[in-house]
Amino acid sequence: MKRFLLAFLFFAILIALWDLAFRAKIWSPVLLPAPQQVADYLKTTATDGTLLNATVITMRRLLIGYVIGLVGGLPLGLLTARWTLFHDTIGTLALGLQTLPSVCWVPLALLWFGQTEAAMLFVVVMGTLWSVVIATDTGVRHVPPIYRRAALTMGSKRLHIWLKVILPAALPFIVSGMKQGWAFAWRSLMAAEIFVTILTGFGLGQLLHYGRELSAMEQVIGVMLVIVVIGLLADKILFSPVERFLHRRWGTNP
Amino acid sequence: MRFGHKTGSVTEELALVSPSKLSIEKVSKSFRSRAGTVLALDKVSLNVAEAEFVCIVGASGCGKSTLLNIIAGLEKPDSGTVLADGKPVTAPGRERLVMFQEPALFPWLDVLGNVLFPLKLKPNLTKKDRRDVAKYYLELVDLTRFERANIHELSGGMKQRVALARALAPNPRVLLMDEPFAALDALTREQLYGDLQRIWKSRRKTIVFVTHNVREAVCLGDRVLLFSPHPGRVQEEFIIDLPRPRDLNSVELATYASRITHALKSGAQSEAGTAK
Repeated sequence: MKRFLLAFLFFAILIALWDLAFRAKIWSPVLLPAPQQVADYLKTTATDGTLLNATVITMRRLLIGYVIGLVGGLPLGLLTARWTLFHDTIGTLALGLQTLPSVCWVPLALLWFGQTEAAMLFVVVMGTLWSVVIATDTGVRHVPPIYRRAALTMGSKRLHIWLKVILPAALPFIVSGMKQGWAFAWRSLMAAEIFVTILTGFGLGQLLHYGRELSAMEQVIGVMLVIVVIGLLADKILFSPVERFLHRRWGTNP
Repeated sequence: MRFGHKTGSVTEELALVSPSKLSIEKVSKSFRSRAGTVLALDKVSLNVAEAEFVCIVGASGCGKSTLLNIIAGLEKPDSGTVLADGKPVTAPGRERLVMFQEPALFPWLDVLGNVLFPLKLKPNLTKKDRRDVAKYYLELVDLTRFERANIHELSGGMKQRVALARALAPNPRVLLMDEPFAALDALTREQLYGDLQRIWKSRRKTIVFVTHNVREAVCLGDRVLLFSPHPGRVQEEFIIDLPRPRDLNSVELATYASRITHALKSGAQSEAGTAK
């Protein structure tokens, strides 16, 4: 409770300072709107459905792409960890492409797929896939060999060892890879939505883009706030419970 | 499946199985290293009777762990055979369970989950049977209260007791123990000697126990085999004719231990002599 109050106080002070800066008229109100204006924008768009609509569209793109990236990345990571041939080929490819900022996929996606949902999806998948491949590969390589030997003597074989021993043993690495993949996917999707205006859906990135076009600073800041909140919530809802479980089981610091 | 009947039961599962007779015949194994080829085991032959407790003692690097891994089926010998009840050992399996120096417990499972792991690999058991069997062995090692604990919450001695319960759970015919108590403090170790003797008596297993601790070997074994290194071979054999349960601090035990230690040292000295 005390921690909550302190955090609350911190953000209250932050907003108060912002309001003070607005009232002092240091910058033009076009560049720095009042907190009240941003709140009004959020209220209007929340009630007329614009904000919810954009959020749903963005989240759908993100989740579909993310799941595809995971479903593809996990087995690929296992393959690269298991066989040298895959490690030297797909592993090297993954390492190379992972260093590429995922925004860099946007021009290519646009030329290949045009102004379509497929372009968006492609960018998100590319953001996720390689991180997951690398994290899975690293995770498997860090599994102490004794686990495998112990399982062998208990009668565990091939697929059973992979599913019931190696995969769970590598879980801490895999989860941090999934988290990184999520962050990359989220960033690259925002970049794609800002760059690409497509008619099939109007996401948060596009809302941000039009805020700029209209010089509507309260819209720009409002949408940014929404994006930040979604990121926080994703962390708290998607990853925190899993991470808490891992810390409890492995006895690592929470 | 291998068994004729369709469903097992807890009583059947917990019934004593006949312990294996092991015969190791002329097993040799060498390793290549940068320094050249090292002969770890040189035509080692030994027999272990049903329900016998055999301890193998030797300096580190004498090949005793390698021999244990070969009996387990985790490693293949270059030549020679290992027979369990007359059948050659070609792969690891739950008839011969291994306890390692590290507990090798799985951190993603709790205590009960770890003991259940080998049981889930056994066919013909219901979910309830498996739980009952796991709980039986947790009680045997006196850890019932900790069945929901995470592995990292246990002390070193408790971890090895969980590992022992896990090794006993699928009711193997042979228990292979590779210095399982080496990393524990003296008090905990002494307590575990008592536990192990009690369990060995009640569950009747053939046990091959590798250690570098002579007193430990005398305290536990029916027979102590002294291994000499480079190449690894059985140097001498000692029959330990002492009543059980044995007290680690008794004079008789100390007498045996000093005889074996003496033999161990003279072996090491002659080794050093030939090296010059």
